[in-house]
Amino acid sequence: GCFVFKPSTKKRRLSEKADHDFRSRSNDSEDTELRFVTCQSLWNQIKSETEQIQEDLNKQLLDNLVSFLSRSHSKFQEKTTEWTCRMKFREIPTAALVLGVNITDHDLTFRSLSDVLQDNVTPYIALLEAKDCPGIKNLMQKLMGQLMNHDIDEDSLEDEDSVQVSHNRVRCSMSSLISWYESVTKKTDSETPSKKRNSSSRHWQSPPVVVIFKDMESFATKVLQDFIAISSQHIHELPLVLIFGIATSPMIIHRLLPHSVSSLLCIELFQSLSCKEHLSTIIDKLLLTSQFPFKLGGKVLQVLINIFLYHDFSVQNFIKGFQLCIVEHFYSQPLSVLCCQLVDVEKRVYSLSHDQCENIRRLPSFRRYVEKQESGKQIELLTNDSFLKEETEKLLKDLHDYHENYVSILRCLHVFTSSLPKYPLGKQIRELHCACLENRVWETEEYESSLQLARMLNKTDLVTMLQQCVEILMSSSGKGFDKTVQKLKEFLTQFQNLEEASQERDVSVSSQKELQKKTDLYHLQKTLLELKESRRSKKLTKFEMLRFEIVDYIDSLVRKYLVPADDRTLHEILYFNAATVLRGHLNAAPRTALHTALNNPHCYLKNQALKCDGGGISNKAPDICIVYKLHLECGRLINLVDWLEAFSTVVTAAEEPNADAASSDQVDDIIHARFIRAVSELELLGFIKPSKQKTDHVARLTWGGC
Amino acid sequence: MPNLEHPAYPAADLLHLESLVPCRESQVSMLLSIFGERQQFSLPSIFIYGHTSSGKTYVMQTLLTTLQLPHVFVNCVEYFTSRLLLEEILIQLQSSSSDTEQTCPVHCDTLNDFVRLFKQAVASRELQDQTLYIVLDRAEQLREMEANILPAFLRLQELTDRNVTVVLLSEIVWELFRPNVGCFEPFTMYFPDYSIGHLQKILSQNHPPEYSADFYSAYINILLGVFYMVCRDLKELQHLAALNFAKYCEPVVRGEANERDTRKLWKNIEPHLKKAMQTVYLREISSSQWERLQHDGGEPGQLKGLSAHTHVELPYYSKFLLIAAYLASYNPVRTDKRFFLKHHGKIRKTNFMKKHEKTSNHLLGPKPFPLDRLLAILYSIVDNRVAPTANIFSQITSLVTLQLLSMVGQNDQLDGPRYKCTVSLDFIRAIAR
Repeated sequence: GCFVFKPSTKKRRLSEKADHDFRSRSNDSEDTELRFVTCQSLWNQIKSETEQIQEDLNKQLLDNLVSFLSRSHSKFQEKTTEWTCRMKFREIPTAALVLGVNITDHDLTFRSLSDVLQDNVTPYIALLEAKDCPGIKNLMQKLMGQLMNHDIDEDSLEDEDSVQVSHNRVRCSMSSLISWYESVTKKTDSETPSKKRNSSSRHWQSPPVVVIFKDMESFATKVLQDFIAISSQHIHELPLVLIFGIATSPMIIHRLLPHSVSSLLCIELFQSLSCKEHLSTIIDKLLLTSQFPFKLGGKVLQVLINIFLYHDFSVQNFIKGFQLCIVEHFYSQPLSVLCCQLVDVEKRVYSLSHDQCENIRRLPSFRRYVEKQESGKQIELLTNDSFLKEETEKLLKDLHDYHENYVSILRCLHVFTSSLPKYPLGKQIRELHCACLENRVWETEEYESSLQLARMLNKTDLVTMLQQCVEILMSSSGKGFDKTVQKLKEFLTQFQNLEEASQERDVSVSSQKELQKKTDLYHLQKTLLELKESRRSKKLTKFEMLRFEIVDYIDSLVRKYLVPADDRTLHEILYFNAATVLRGHLNAAPRTALHTALNNPHCYLKNQALKCDGGGISNKAPDICIVYKLHLECGRLINLVDWLEAFSTVVTAAEEPNADAASSDQVDDIIHARFIRAVSELELLGFIKPSKQKTDHVARLTWGGC
Repeated sequence: MPNLEHPAYPAADLLHLESLVPCRESQVSMLLSIFGERQQFSLPSIFIYGHTSSGKTYVMQTLLTTLQLPHVFVNCVEYFTSRLLLEEILIQLQSSSSDTEQTCPVHCDTLNDFVRLFKQAVASRELQDQTLYIVLDRAEQLREMEANILPAFLRLQELTDRNVTVVLLSEIVWELFRPNVGCFEPFTMYFPDYSIGHLQKILSQNHPPEYSADFYSAYINILLGVFYMVCRDLKELQHLAALNFAKYCEPVVRGEANERDTRKLWKNIEPHLKKAMQTVYLREISSSQWERLQHDGGEPGQLKGLSAHTHVELPYYSKFLLIAAYLASYNPVRTDKRFFLKHHGKIRKTNFMKKHEKTSNHLLGPKPFPLDRLLAILYSIVDNRVAPTANIFSQITSLVTLQLLSMVGQNDQLDGPRYKCTVSLDFIRAIAR
């Protein structure tokens, strides 16, 4: 079914941005070549960084799995004849791997898993997908194909043809798999130690055969049941280990497998890191760092995070989106050539062409900057290229410094806000980051309320927070934090002094003791009133004073360092802010686009003649557009004759207002043909379908018209 | 107690056989009398059925191997196509005939080939007209193969003109096998379930060497007391017995009780077994984890079972899609206008349903609904406006792959696909929180 949204009254603003091309440009005054190279190298850096992060994140899970695998068949090697082992039912060791709903990310995990297993445990790994295994036969074929093909790779090419022949003739059954396994393990036993010392030392004498079911949910129940039943009969000859990749919850095992089958398994549960934590780490390591010159603007980051949280939970897609931002930035912003490491800035700034200097002058943030300068400097900036370059270099350095400081102070602020009740500024640092990038955070209500809450923190919390802040600032690379650190340390020492001088509290304690002695109701009331009175009028305690002072100091830091990037001069060079472009790319709305194209062809065809005003139907529009617009006015069933009538009226209307009587009652053949073609095009697009309910009617599949 | 007697087989073998198949003596003696002497023709086909682990496979295998009768034993689940099955029978025949002769790869696509090759194989085996037994385990799978396989096996003796008997083992009754065109009726035989006394006897037979038979049999008694209500599967019980025996022995090993102190031992083991019933038996936690727990003396409560992890984290719109699907599945169409239309005066009624409607609808199960309805409900339950982006549609598809929704009658995409919501109310409640 299709949906049609009536166009809103507001006209969509068209992006008139001319198309740039990375390379094919008549004059290379805007350093396209260099931009391209910079973009590539930057992306490569980021890519290797993310891979490293993901490896670290998965390490725990993979280690657990490896130890499970090595444990699982240890008894198989010992061949113990102990009573319990003899009596016990041989179960297939199974790892249930809960990976979360983001199926697109699973591939990466499985790839690293199979790499790790290949290195540490066993060379015999088969990865099965549900779409390849509609029946048990296909499953066995796939399984044997993967295992035995691998064998060919391992044994180089010396005896390839013999294996190849047998492979074609091989019967897809468990018994042939077992005989293959026996032959393979025997071969490794008899191999000369010099030939493959490393491989035999890495794996054991009889390495387990690991079968990974990538998407457990999609497998047919019968296939899984049969496979498990078969392999459990041969578990003595073939040390099999199963790994179930589960996207939802481990309950699915019980739903898919009856007790008679699940009793053949020895299931252990492994859980991967939640994808939200995964994202937090990625954001922390990629965005909240001064390692990369390229930065995301607030709106863009919000778009990426929203796609993640609202739609797919896929970290891979997030990174892909980030990559798109980089490409888009370097592609559309000629000045992005300056988006490089600080070391290279000077050289690049001085090699800028005159056109590029003009580009700088055109930047809105630079204009604002110029307007603030005195007139003499203004003229210099606008006319003298070399002066401009000097200034630009200085400003860029400022911008880099700003970012470094920003990150450190942001972390400090996060230490405070993340421990407040109800998290007015968000629990995660990414929320805080977005808030700060978006606008002046100190002007928001949430900030105000969180300061209020911070003024009510107790002492121990406050001390630990201050200590954390000191640590963050000490470890940060930003300059100019010496004073801040000193100030914070001062606060800490003041706290210590407070502890020593706490006679004041003793007084209040003694008054409370007095209160307990009183038994007379009247006296009690009186003393209570007195106490209340004194508390109200009492001056703030030293601790409270100090607390106010600290919060005010933090506030001043925020106001100084957490200025939104949009306010900084030349931010366009480092920050990517084209959120609408990104949204169009990543969160496409095909139905809306189709509707726009048909309803308002001018939007895409850019033909002035097509520009229509209001709801009128122009006869110059393509036939399909006319037919589409007419069909919007119909109900669920459309009478073809009426439709044709309306079509011919529209088409002929403007052409010949003084139409002859001859053509009025008989529709022109050409118009008829055009109509039929347009209608069948609509059918192809899925807007209508032939109906059997009424003759000469078509059913409308779109919705929302009338 | 009927002693096994048969003139054709040596008495020592029979005695040994009898010790191996406790509680199945009558069935074995019945089978022996059907089989007759080695050279005598037997029935063309025998159909043996009985519940899971009533000893069908075990008895047949022990009987044939102890008496050294020529036989072929095939599991029909393992050889899932007719070609594999037939070839496997031939391979087993060839390989047991002579070890020196290298088994050439057999190709047998049809039953016709099979009969021909079977005759060759039997001739090369020099059986001296002894009856050959072909045992087909899990024979219910034969019904899924080509239509001619089952009838042909039932009268294989006639087709091949050799001294052969086909034994079918299955868990279901013969009536469910009978093809509608009719076929040769095999001799059917029923293996009854083991009674509690039988189970006690069989389980006690395999006592560990370091403990006395009485001690182990007392343990089995306790075990059966706990588990007999839920599980009569001999294999499973044996497994459980082996798993928990170490715990039972603990007081004895520590010297706190002697082997005859049954009451003390019972007190020690009973809660433990109860816990095992809720965890290991249901495969909530695996047997190896259970053993480790026992070894470390930890509480089983520390380890969460599989069912404890029911929570599924879903993206924001997926949650709403699922809730919308649930509402569409369990609410009748006519109530949509009342519940979801904004201009109805009472907007706050969205997720509310009348009580009597709810119960009846839940008993009926989910009903299919078209995509349009799902999206319409989605738009009405989400606060802000949702653009129909590609991401929303791909989420519906991924919910289908996750088996949270299921597609009904996927014939035509243009026709408007229909879905059903397959998750329970509890799941939706957890998500809606």
